[in-house]
Amino acid sequence: MVDTTLRPAPPTTGPTTPRRPVNAEARRENRAGWLFVAPAVVLVLLFLVVPAVLALYVSLLDWNGTYSPLTGRAPFVGLENYRELLFEDGLIRRDFVTSVRNTLYFVLFVVPSQTLVALLLAVVVNNRALRGRAFFRSAFYFPSITSSVAISVIFLFLFSGSGAVNAILEFLGIQGPNWFTDSRGVLHEALALFGVDSPPSVLEETTVGGLPLWDWLSGPSVAMMTIIALVVWTTSGTYMLIFLAALQNLPDNVHEAALVDGAGWWQRFWKVTVPQLRPTIFLVATLGLIGTWQVFDQVYVMSQGDPAKTTLTPAFLSYQQSFAEGSFGVGAAIALLLFLLIVGVTTVQRILLRDGRNS
Amino acid sequence: MTTKRARLVGAALGYLVLVLGAVLYLGPFLIQVATSFKSDADAVAHPLSLVPEQVDTSSYERVATDPAVNVPLWLGNSLLVTLCVTTGRLLVDAMAGYALARLRWRGRGVVFTGLLMVMAVPPVVLLIPKFLVLRELSLFDSYAGMILPLLADAMGIFLMKQAFEQVPREVEESATMDGAGIVRRWWSVVLPMVRPATTTLSILAFQASWNEFTHFLVSTSSPGYETLTVGLARLVGGALGEGQQLPLKLTIALVATIPVAVVFLVSQRHLVRAQLSGAVKG
Repeated sequence: MVDTTLRPAPPTTGPTTPRRPVNAEARRENRAGWLFVAPAVVLVLLFLVVPAVLALYVSLLDWNGTYSPLTGRAPFVGLENYRELLFEDGLIRRDFVTSVRNTLYFVLFVVPSQTLVALLLAVVVNNRALRGRAFFRSAFYFPSITSSVAISVIFLFLFSGSGAVNAILEFLGIQGPNWFTDSRGVLHEALALFGVDSPPSVLEETTVGGLPLWDWLSGPSVAMMTIIALVVWTTSGTYMLIFLAALQNLPDNVHEAALVDGAGWWQRFWKVTVPQLRPTIFLVATLGLIGTWQVFDQVYVMSQGDPAKTTLTPAFLSYQQSFAEGSFGVGAAIALLLFLLIVGVTTVQRILLRDGRNS
Repeated sequence: MTTKRARLVGAALGYLVLVLGAVLYLGPFLIQVATSFKSDADAVAHPLSLVPEQVDTSSYERVATDPAVNVPLWLGNSLLVTLCVTTGRLLVDAMAGYALARLRWRGRGVVFTGLLMVMAVPPVVLLIPKFLVLRELSLFDSYAGMILPLLADAMGIFLMKQAFEQVPREVEESATMDGAGIVRRWWSVVLPMVRPATTTLSILAFQASWNEFTHFLVSTSSPGYETLTVGLARLVGGALGEGQQLPLKLTIALVATIPVAVVFLVSQRHLVRAQLSGAVKG
């Protein structure tokens, strides 16, 4: 009746098979369902679910990585790792808080920029009057598909002291900085232009998380700006495609009505297109937020957290604490705090945007 | 009159953005190719020039032969891992996608919800624990440890599930009439009908595993297992300020870029769609 030779496991044909074929078929399908999904379930359990649980457990240990954490030889320290990271005055809290500050500026600069650039590119590439759109679309998308490591190497070259970026700046009469060794914050630099060179004592003496407010207000460092430029450059192509798909799905009639009503290009864009794109803008911003908080590859290749720890990020610090310092408990705790932070940020963003839509 | 002028201005602005954008987005790659043919001194002296003073192929010679930068080994490892991950993912995702789309079994809902939840966990968070699990399973520093974790791919399962759901049920029903079992219906009847999805998935898997970096960084420690990304990253890692031998490093980066560039050129349309479906669901 049914071909059994191709089955992965020989079917255990029970005695009821000949009498109740419908029931047998249902059982066969039940078994086949589990067999088909088994490889995926085993892999996901082993390499995604178990690690997540293990991370939680290890973050409660003082474990240096030399023997199995499951043997019980590593001292159980409870929330000690978290306390050190969040409340105890010391080097590790200072590093962690610094990494959060750095990434906060990184996110604040990257997410709006990548969203705006992607939207601009999508609108231009979507313009039917322009020729060669397919070529330009591919050109803008190309950096998105290439290796982050390979691209970081290119940017190391472009932004080096005698590199292409400084050559262009020199052409414009500007003395370019030594990008990768310059730890000055760009907001501090901007303030210095207005003669504010040293911090008011209030900002110097008030600390949040062990970091003086003045340091919180530094902005991304000059070195961090290169990573910001790199990430905007590589991600805007992907987000451009998302915007492009959304633009092509928009109904024409609203746009045409606005055109008939005599709305100019800018009015049509701002009052018709952008409101229609709201869900897409939200999607791009959410993906951007989740992605940027995890920045790691570029930091590993370009700066290793230097100069003066201004490119240190939680993801890199977590790696460094675990694999370089041998404090896997602290590393795991940082990873979990980063996870909570990402969940928190995206939740807040969702609430804010929902409120904005209702008002 | 005025609308005509506005349209002209709009087109001019559009072209300006396009050309400026193309220079910004492709320029770095052009500089990379040009620099790979320069001498170290030439690269430092003329960082912007797209024509080498004198064509210097020494970095290509070193890439091919220098044991200090073991590019042939890195390339071999990258190829091996990418090949295994791509075929493995296709198989695992196609099987699971079929079970979720077409088969009735107890626990389907739970597995589906579980996969959705797992997808929400940021990969960076699992970096250290993955290393722990690999060590517990004695898979650390092995090809199996590099490949197997990359096969766990919820996004691809959903892609395949959606594709299978689009195939009309009648096709399978008539195959059942002809006496085809579940495996045959899956492998010889439905799978060939979702070719666009399998193509999309293989391109995505190829690109992702070829470019993968962090997982290989934490799942291996011996130089023998270095892929192009890890080898290159270790070569330049921590090189602050004026790096040395930039033409060589850029040449290796070029070797790491060419395969994805070729796949991109051959399969642009698929890749664009793949990235979109991945982004919207991920």
